[in-house]
Amino acid sequence: MQTSTTSAPASEISLAVEHIRKSFGSVQVLDDISFDAHPGEFITLLGPSGCGKTTLLRIIAGLERADSGRIVLAGQPVDHLPANRRSVNTVFQSYALFPHLTVFENVAFGLRSRRVPQAEVNTRVHQNMEMVRIADLARRYPHQLSGGQKQRVALARALVNAPEVLLLDEPMSALDAKLRAEVQVELRRLQRSLRKTFVLVTHDQHEAMTVSDRIIVMNRGKIEQEGPTAEVYERPRTRFIAEFFGAANLIPARRSGDKRVTTAVGELSVRTTPPWESGTVAIHPEWIEITDTEPAENAVRAEVRDAIYRGDHVELLMEPGSLRVQVSPRLRAEPGATLWLCLPVERLEVLDD
Amino acid sequence: MTERVVAYGHLTTRRALLAKGGLLMVGGIAWLASFLLLPGLILVLVAFLQRDPDGGITWAFSLDSFRQLFGITSSGLSAANLWIMLRSVALAVITTVVAVGIAYPMTFFIARAAPRKRLLWLSLVAIPLCTNLVIRTYAWKLLLSARLPPARLAAMLGWLEPGRDLLPSWSAVCIGMVSAALPFAVISLYPSIERLDRSLIEAAQDLYASPVRVFMQAILPQTLPGLSVAILLTFVPAMGMFVITDMLGGAKHWLIGNLIQHQFGQGRNVPYGAAMSLVLIALTLLGVYSSRRQAGRSAEVL
Repeated sequence: MQTSTTSAPASEISLAVEHIRKSFGSVQVLDDISFDAHPGEFITLLGPSGCGKTTLLRIIAGLERADSGRIVLAGQPVDHLPANRRSVNTVFQSYALFPHLTVFENVAFGLRSRRVPQAEVNTRVHQNMEMVRIADLARRYPHQLSGGQKQRVALARALVNAPEVLLLDEPMSALDAKLRAEVQVELRRLQRSLRKTFVLVTHDQHEAMTVSDRIIVMNRGKIEQEGPTAEVYERPRTRFIAEFFGAANLIPARRSGDKRVTTAVGELSVRTTPPWESGTVAIHPEWIEITDTEPAENAVRAEVRDAIYRGDHVELLMEPGSLRVQVSPRLRAEPGATLWLCLPVERLEVLDD
Repeated sequence: MTERVVAYGHLTTRRALLAKGGLLMVGGIAWLASFLLLPGLILVLVAFLQRDPDGGITWAFSLDSFRQLFGITSSGLSAANLWIMLRSVALAVITTVVAVGIAYPMTFFIARAAPRKRLLWLSLVAIPLCTNLVIRTYAWKLLLSARLPPARLAAMLGWLEPGRDLLPSWSAVCIGMVSAALPFAVISLYPSIERLDRSLIEAAQDLYASPVRVFMQAILPQTLPGLSVAILLTFVPAMGMFVITDMLGGAKHWLIGNLIQHQFGQGRNVPYGAAMSLVLIALTLLGVYSSRRQAGRSAEVL
């Protein structure tokens, strides 16, 4: 494992997950999961609790065994290797810092396991503590740290080993909202500067969007959709993605012609001809435009039923179609007002299911 | 003093709180004072008095008991008592090591069993505690007799002359002491082993630790509180044990507990017995103190 980290050529793929299946008793938690991670890529496994994402991470780390399938790290299959011989390190959700060891010794733990000489331990530990800005905490014990500090220690403890892939299991779920937002940006910056492969598990779509190059959305043990962050958000393929990822408007529709559907809000043009007779089209609330005059295409005349003030935006609930529309607070739209809406063809997604 | 404070959701004053607390502690303090502190003081007093020829006490200060205890007699030095003391400490240490050594993996096994089985195993461990120690020890006496498998096996292996009982012997004493200590060791280890944070074990594995390192760094430190209670609850009773040595050993296997019992009984030398009791208490505290320090050193913070 030491050789694989030092002598591995710049392989195209740092982590390959191939056809992983896993059941606990009669419950299948992972059903044929495959994906690749390229060196320096930040990948997020996103999904609701129970979708299997944490189990997948544990299988990659070697803390759990897959029923079938392969894990390949830097070109080497590692399925036969126990956790302590894989070049991956994990930042655990609970941080799992050793309570009887100082911050320094916690960070040094992996190096000491591998009997790295003391001088090198010192330099590497200090380097990594500085990188995550905890150098002044070196002599403290975990119980003397705040949640954010513990998280940094956990990060330094994993990164100090220079793993091929860093795994992060919901590392920010215990932090408060403001700190979480800061840490996300910092984590992203850190990952870019290290050019290391990070695989993050989270159920928070905002977190996923903030940090990732690529998002893999999982649902009930399967990959529901994967792709670059903006693509997954803007072009949901299924109802699940559209609902889970940004709460799009879901409009029941029937196919009425070439790239045309009939809905409760009227006849609409769409980008692609639906594969179904009747199904759903989706549009994010922020993409619906409000116009003074009747738009040329996909025009809807709708009445404001309710306006929810959210500070940075106002959410309008409109009829027909129970449409949710996100507008700027500068636009004063009182309940009862009737407005012209435009559902841009480019932004109207035909869902597969 | 009329400063108002909130305690457990009640608005009260500091003085009222102290009065209430004092009232609640009266029972405990009275109990400890009359059954621990007072007898202790009497013991100290008696140890420095003289024995009268009829087995009573003469009210005169004397260090005779301690002289006798450390083997300083008119006819020269005798190491017999020192030997018994040393033996007592050694046997208590052996009992502790063996009992805790057996209990530790056993408790892991119990804590990891399915909940219903866990209860079954714990009950099986605790059931012997419902029986009197004398009865349990008597059962061992029967079990170790010549015609039963343990003695036969020992004879087959050449450790014992065929047809002889496995007792009186040091091994019989050890078996009795360990089996008496085992339930206490398991029960005191159980809470910390059951609550073990598995994520620390996984973190250690993730950080390349060998199985030994996983144990030393991720498992042992977490179980130290239970371990020190287990050691305490095994070592202290073992130091004062006399029932088991009496039944499974013989006069040759006397420990300090037997000596003390003898002085207060047939020996009819109360000051001597009191002096021995003081030494036993001192030795026990010393043992507890040194094991605590050892534990403290290996786990700086818990």
